[in-house]
Amino acid sequence: MADIRNNFVGIKSPNPFWLASAPPTDKAYNVIRAFKAGWGGVVWKTLGEEGPPVVNVNGPRYGAIWGADRRLLGLNNIELITDRDLQVNLREIKQVKMDWPDRAIVVSLMVPCEEHAWKAILPVVEETGADGIELNFGCPHGMSERGMGAAVGQVPEYIEMVVRWCKANTRMPVITKLTPNITDIRKPARAALAGGTDAVSLINTINSITGVNLDSFAPEPTIDGKGSHGGYCGPAVKPIAMNMVAEIARDPETKGLPISGIGGITTWRDAAEFMALGAGNVQVCTAAMTYGFKIVQDMIAGLENWMDEKGHASLDDIIGRATPNVTDWQYLNLNYVAKAHIDQDACIKCGRCHIACEDTSHQAITSMVDGVRHFEVIEAECVGCNLCVNVCPVENCITMEPLAAGVIDQRTGRPVSPIYANWTTHPNNPMAKVAAE
Amino acid sequence: MPEGQFKQGIAGGRLSPEQYADNFSDLHPPLDHHEALVESDRCYFCYDAPCMNACPTSIDIPLFIRQIATGNPIGSAKTIFDQNILGGMCARVCPTETLCEEVCVREVAEGKPVQIGRLQRYATDVAMAENKQFYKRAEPTGKTVAVVGAGPAGLAAAHRLARHGHDVTILEARPKPGGLNEYGIAAYKSVDNFAQAEVDYVTSIGGIDIQNGKALGRDYQLSDLTRNYDAVFLGMGLAGVNALRADGEEAQGVTNAVEFIAELRQASDLASLPVGRRVVVIGGGMTAIDAAVQSRLLGAEEVTICYRRGPEHMNASEFEQDLAAANGVIIRHWLQPKRVIADAGKVSAIELEYTAMDGDRLVGTGERLTLVADQVFKAIGQSFVPAALNGSGALLALEAGRIKVDAEGRTSLANVWAGGDCIFGGDDLTVSAVAQGRDAAESIHRALTSNGRA
Repeated sequence: MADIRNNFVGIKSPNPFWLASAPPTDKAYNVIRAFKAGWGGVVWKTLGEEGPPVVNVNGPRYGAIWGADRRLLGLNNIELITDRDLQVNLREIKQVKMDWPDRAIVVSLMVPCEEHAWKAILPVVEETGADGIELNFGCPHGMSERGMGAAVGQVPEYIEMVVRWCKANTRMPVITKLTPNITDIRKPARAALAGGTDAVSLINTINSITGVNLDSFAPEPTIDGKGSHGGYCGPAVKPIAMNMVAEIARDPETKGLPISGIGGITTWRDAAEFMALGAGNVQVCTAAMTYGFKIVQDMIAGLENWMDEKGHASLDDIIGRATPNVTDWQYLNLNYVAKAHIDQDACIKCGRCHIACEDTSHQAITSMVDGVRHFEVIEAECVGCNLCVNVCPVENCITMEPLAAGVIDQRTGRPVSPIYANWTTHPNNPMAKVAAE
Repeated sequence: MPEGQFKQGIAGGRLSPEQYADNFSDLHPPLDHHEALVESDRCYFCYDAPCMNACPTSIDIPLFIRQIATGNPIGSAKTIFDQNILGGMCARVCPTETLCEEVCVREVAEGKPVQIGRLQRYATDVAMAENKQFYKRAEPTGKTVAVVGAGPAGLAAAHRLARHGHDVTILEARPKPGGLNEYGIAAYKSVDNFAQAEVDYVTSIGGIDIQNGKALGRDYQLSDLTRNYDAVFLGMGLAGVNALRADGEEAQGVTNAVEFIAELRQASDLASLPVGRRVVVIGGGMTAIDAAVQSRLLGAEEVTICYRRGPEHMNASEFEQDLAAANGVIIRHWLQPKRVIADAGKVSAIELEYTAMDGDRLVGTGERLTLVADQVFKAIGQSFVPAALNGSGALLALEAGRIKVDAEGRTSLANVWAGGDCIFGGDDLTVSAVAQGRDAAESIHRALTSNGRA
């Protein structure tokens, strides 16, 4: 049986599935339920500084987009950090950590961008026995208007400064949570590293408006006729999050910096993909908010079964395994040639491959052959773009088949070269380097 | 179970009022909004979709389903009505399992087609509930067209003609318009007086005058129409019922299934409608199924369909056969009627002979079977009765006993078109009748306008 115990910057948990700092981790009641269900750890919902707690709206906090059967695909949230008293939260954290010593409890923090504010909160958190802290530099709504959350995360210099204060004032590991609402995720990651962070976690939520009510012309969710951008999360954001994780994992400056992967993780497969791209563990929120805590049972069993099937003994065998395969476009092999192939036995003759190719691509799929409805790839036209594969409703009906070296590519009339050659050496590239002999 | 079930002979009141209401409720209840969204999401929006090609009226099915999915049911209804103004009824009565849904790629892939018929009903119901009218009449042409028969063919023709600005008079022999939609369809396929609501919806375009109780050959002649109108469309359907060719079929209790079905549809109180305790239906088509199932639903204890060939030869679809079986109807094959046995003039049993194929020929094997029956329904097909055309002053060419038409519905007589079940090539489907009526109307319009402008 695969060993899925997790050690993330020294924080140990029985599995790599943590609940992200969010509504599900706002109080002991929820966290205990999560631990009972089997979650490996939690990042306690963000604490603010001592004093009157923040207040939340009393209307809708969430918006969503759905599939046809109301399957939730993306969620938007305008809730702020915890609106409970700091001391209550601290007491609960301490008690839960005492009761569940084998589980990870990391505490998310957000206080004003002043050293004394951080200096004030760090010791009281440390006193709870929590395993670490996560700096909330991502919250994109409300708090950012007050100079916190994403307002810090969008300025690498602030990130570095705050991380440095924290590292100087606590023994606890520091995880810096990054906002995706920036142009280049590597800059804040580099800044966090420069400040001495132990790890980064990403992504926080993405600025979004999930819908517009076409009767009232107000954005959703609507509070008394008005709406504000919220933080988008859930399955829809996973591809964006994975790219950002990979960007940091393969950046020479941040290579090796531990990453806690977040963003639309719903199944064990999602988690495995994040870890393959370089995440040391994962954090989940929307999936739990959609289905409840029980989903972790399948995440654990599914990950173990997949690892057993593939012969991966521990998480270290999979973490970062896909990272070296993420590269820049310019290094892709331009001599690689693949052609779509349609399995006629699997084909249900819906014709979507044809119309997608015919209308929007390369006119490389028939619709009729000898007067009979028949969909077949015209190799002389197929550029191997993969659109047909993506629009086909039948899994594995259309596959991309690489041409072996030496085989004639019907489209170009030339044999497939066995030699790897990319854009950097391509004759059409005015900046081409001379190919090495 | 009320004791009425076991009353001998042909009797009413076999069930409780609740049972009648339950038995004759909607066969396929309408999809609600969410169900329609989920079902429409199953459609793959096929290119050159097989379903569309299988539809006799060529409705753009992928498009109308997508319009439901996007929350545009009104646009969806227009997509349907553009091709088939009786799309509401067709959604209810089309044997979709042998048309669009049979060729749905989901049927091919997983044996579970998109429920096209029910989606079509959803969209058309939305539009009809709002009485959303999509078509305006063109400027009046001053041309007049007579339409014989207010059934699906006649109504489709009339609507298209009215759209083009012609004035249409429909002459209907029965007291109500609708044709088989009103008189010929099992009650549970068209509840809540839908046929009349649809006639009202179709005729709201204006320029269509329906005159009920006007029968061709009795109240007027074809020659009257050709003389008084610029064009004539014949859509009178089939008035004749094929005989059993069995001895004693004149006995009391031997009834035409189509009359029983019509009577049931018109009944205001189902309890007052008598049905036998033991019913035998002779035939293998939709009419046989409709009569048999409704006999059961009216409380007949035992209903048997006897068909002279095998299940694969039945005109009734597999779905219809299953429907009959699910309602407790016994379907027996390879049996042909030989003799109706009567007691004091009333049917008491029917004697049948087993059949078999002798090469290409169906022959009796000599073995006989007697089924006790107090009611026998004849459902072995309907026929065109050309007598009504007598007195027209000109001979209308027939083919295999029905009116001969060309590809656009023209008969052998100038200015006379025909469509629906009365023409040769008609396939007894509502949806085909609609297509023929619509296409004949376009042909009439071309003829009238080119004449007018020449």
